[in-house]
Amino acid sequence: MGQLTIILARVLQAVPTIFGIVVVTFLLTRALPGDPAAYFAGASATPESIAEIRVKLGLDQSLPLQFVAYLQDLATGNLGQSISTGQPVATELLRRLPASLELTLFALLLSVAVAIPLGVLAAVKQDTWIDQVCRFIVTAGVSLPTFFTGLLLVYVFYFLLGIAPAPLGRLDMLHIAPPQVTGFLVLDGLIAREWATAWSAFKQLLLPGITLALFTLAPLARMTRAAMLQALASEYLRTARAAGLSSTRVLMVYAFRNAMLPIITTLGMVFSFTLGANVLVEKVFAWPGIGSFAIEALVVSDYAAVQGFVLSMAVLFVLLNLVIDTVYTLIDPRVRIEG
Amino acid sequence: MNRRELLKSAGALTAGAALLPFLKTNAWAQSTGTIVVMIGNTINSLDIHRPGTNRPSYQVAVNVYDRLVTFGTKKLADGSLSYDYDKVEPELAESWSLSADRKAILFKIKPNATFWDGSPVTADDVKWSFDRALALGGFPKVQMGAGGFVDPEQFVVVDAKTFRIDLKQPSKLALPNLGVPVAVIINSKVAKANATAADPWAAEYLHRTPAGSGAFKVERWDAGQQLIYVRNDKWTGGPLPGVQRVIIREVPASATRRALIERGDAHLSFQIPNKDAQELALNKKVKVVGSPIDNCLYVACLNYNFEPFRDQKVRQAVAWAIPYEQIFKQAAYGRGVPMWGGKSAKPATAAWPQKFPYSTDLKKAKALLDQTKFKDGFEVPLSYDLGEADWGEPAALLIQESLGKIGIKVTLDKVPGANWRTVALVEKKLPFLLENFGGWLNTADYYFYWAYIKGNLFNASNYDDPVVKKLVDETLHMEKSNPAYEAKIKQMLQKAFDDVPRIPLWQPTLESAMSPKMQGYEFWFHRQVDARSYKIV
Repeated sequence: MGQLTIILARVLQAVPTIFGIVVVTFLLTRALPGDPAAYFAGASATPESIAEIRVKLGLDQSLPLQFVAYLQDLATGNLGQSISTGQPVATELLRRLPASLELTLFALLLSVAVAIPLGVLAAVKQDTWIDQVCRFIVTAGVSLPTFFTGLLLVYVFYFLLGIAPAPLGRLDMLHIAPPQVTGFLVLDGLIAREWATAWSAFKQLLLPGITLALFTLAPLARMTRAAMLQALASEYLRTARAAGLSSTRVLMVYAFRNAMLPIITTLGMVFSFTLGANVLVEKVFAWPGIGSFAIEALVVSDYAAVQGFVLSMAVLFVLLNLVIDTVYTLIDPRVRIEG
Repeated sequence: MNRRELLKSAGALTAGAALLPFLKTNAWAQSTGTIVVMIGNTINSLDIHRPGTNRPSYQVAVNVYDRLVTFGTKKLADGSLSYDYDKVEPELAESWSLSADRKAILFKIKPNATFWDGSPVTADDVKWSFDRALALGGFPKVQMGAGGFVDPEQFVVVDAKTFRIDLKQPSKLALPNLGVPVAVIINSKVAKANATAADPWAAEYLHRTPAGSGAFKVERWDAGQQLIYVRNDKWTGGPLPGVQRVIIREVPASATRRALIERGDAHLSFQIPNKDAQELALNKKVKVVGSPIDNCLYVACLNYNFEPFRDQKVRQAVAWAIPYEQIFKQAAYGRGVPMWGGKSAKPATAAWPQKFPYSTDLKKAKALLDQTKFKDGFEVPLSYDLGEADWGEPAALLIQESLGKIGIKVTLDKVPGANWRTVALVEKKLPFLLENFGGWLNTADYYFYWAYIKGNLFNASNYDDPVVKKLVDETLHMEKSNPAYEAKIKQMLQKAFDDVPRIPLWQPTLESAMSPKMQGYEFWFHRQVDARSYKIV
């Protein structure tokens, strides 16, 4: 089977999963306590005004009817209207997802750049001071809650030292957003050749990025260290050394390449939970991301928004797993995707 | 170089290509022309009539639209500014007059009043806007009803510049209710041009694109991030605003807002936690203003559905056992107006809110409880809204501890925000709860109407008393100048003192922190940003 057919088959496999998710989120949102009609009618509403709003939201219909209407909308690509933000859910997600993705990807990039060398060094120089430093950073990274590290960084770099820009979202107030191409402001700024805007966006990205990176550092560094230790102790490595290959080649080609599979798996997992878990960082840095949108929606029982969020996350995860599987085959030719 | 230095230098505009983005937004063109305001929640619509529009969005109605009338300004004892409920002033109306039987109000619209597109404001626009508030239902309809406006027939176009409201009965609440955020005047020509058969009131269009005559226009709205107002230089509703541009930034974390205001990167942090207010008040670089919220009380409600609370002596015992001082210190951080320790058991004036004649006296409480059949104590859950946990939690813990001393065992029950309204206010089934109702229209009878009449929403205590009901019926629409008014209000307060279905803890304040350079900050009953009076010196 060609690569393309395999990928297609994988996408098809995801369809039942996604349908299941659609059903479950639909039922779960309805099972949530709280009445959105009452909520949106406001504090001093009368029973009649609540009933009027219920009709407007289509919540006076029976559940199966609501579900059919929802499916019909989905089929036409309509995710519905978010009542809390008053925007179509699709627009809202498209606007917010890039913000979260930019932050998460940047944080992961930072995290990988630090965690992998650190993990490799810690494995190679096991039980030396480097290993201890690695252990310390990793423990600190997981045990400090992100909102705390975020606030601490804001306090030191913005409040006390004044080097960091004001933690006010993705762009300084001086700048306006460049025309949207990728949705990543730094890249869009570069594409539009607005250097100052790109630089400003990058500066805004630094503190929240570091905060998230600190948090994601731990699993990556630990996994790198463990995988490297395993690889270093393996027989093929002893053979490679005995065959007189240079130690760099042994380390980077034979040990590291073999250690990469679990690292990639961890990376995928870390990526998925970071995307959802950066709500607190978004709050501290006023980042207009998808996490805070979902939380707000959940609090007010904004059904369409919650469903749209879960659905988009599910699709994202499916895509992510696909990418990771494909990357596996590139790293290790022995791995085959079963169609 | 930080932003402020950059702005201070008058030559910033010529500073070269590195500052090009600066030219683009123009937002900071004059350092005294722009005000940056931070709010903690998010604006979800530019149309106050739309179902689902949240409270923070009401500020758009205030800044961008005009009403027929507005309220004057008064100086409070601490020197801060507040709206003046007793002084109704013209906004779009030039003048008005009451008919002899006080059942019709005739408005003359300002001859020079125009919408942003240059078209004149006419009585048709007023009628269309008020009809819309009723037609779209929900909160706007309820609020219009508070002034006695329930039927589109009541809104009459006399001629292009004359508009009349017919009342079903004379009411002192009618005129002030035309000054609330809901009673906005919309450019009906623009709205109708954008209406569709499915959406005759242009809710879809006005949700994103305001069409008004107000002091500010919306220059830009990035939902979930910021809203930028720019001044309407042809405004006829009042004195031209002191600033050219207002940037409303949504910053969810209060710690971040605090860092920004302390660093001086924003001019105003609107509505801050009491704890921050207490601490920032000691900071010389920031000015903190706390304004008592009119007609609003934080109270503990005792539900008549719960057997022990049907006994007046039990309710009074609870009122004597509440640790008011401690709650005020630890839940309100000392910011608010005490509502306990009144000198006399009889209301001396008809002022509202006023101190109730209770304070913390456990001996008295125990003695009262001993006279009832519940002298051995009982168990009761105390509920509070998780969305109000910042004051609810400490207050509930202190009440729990103190009531324990007279034998009432209190358990704590936290209710999630989305549920609160249903269980506490609609079903009214919580035996003992913390509540925070406040009325926009600032009269005692209005508060009593909502909170002391059986079946009305904020009467979470299920209080039902024929005397109070009669008094509220008589006073709700009665003019304050009526000689009978004050005596009746006093009688009503006396019942509230004796029966205590609601035990006031304190009157809350709206706290805001601002740069010392900022002036013109004014408290409004709607508790939202009204940037029309803001100035930078």
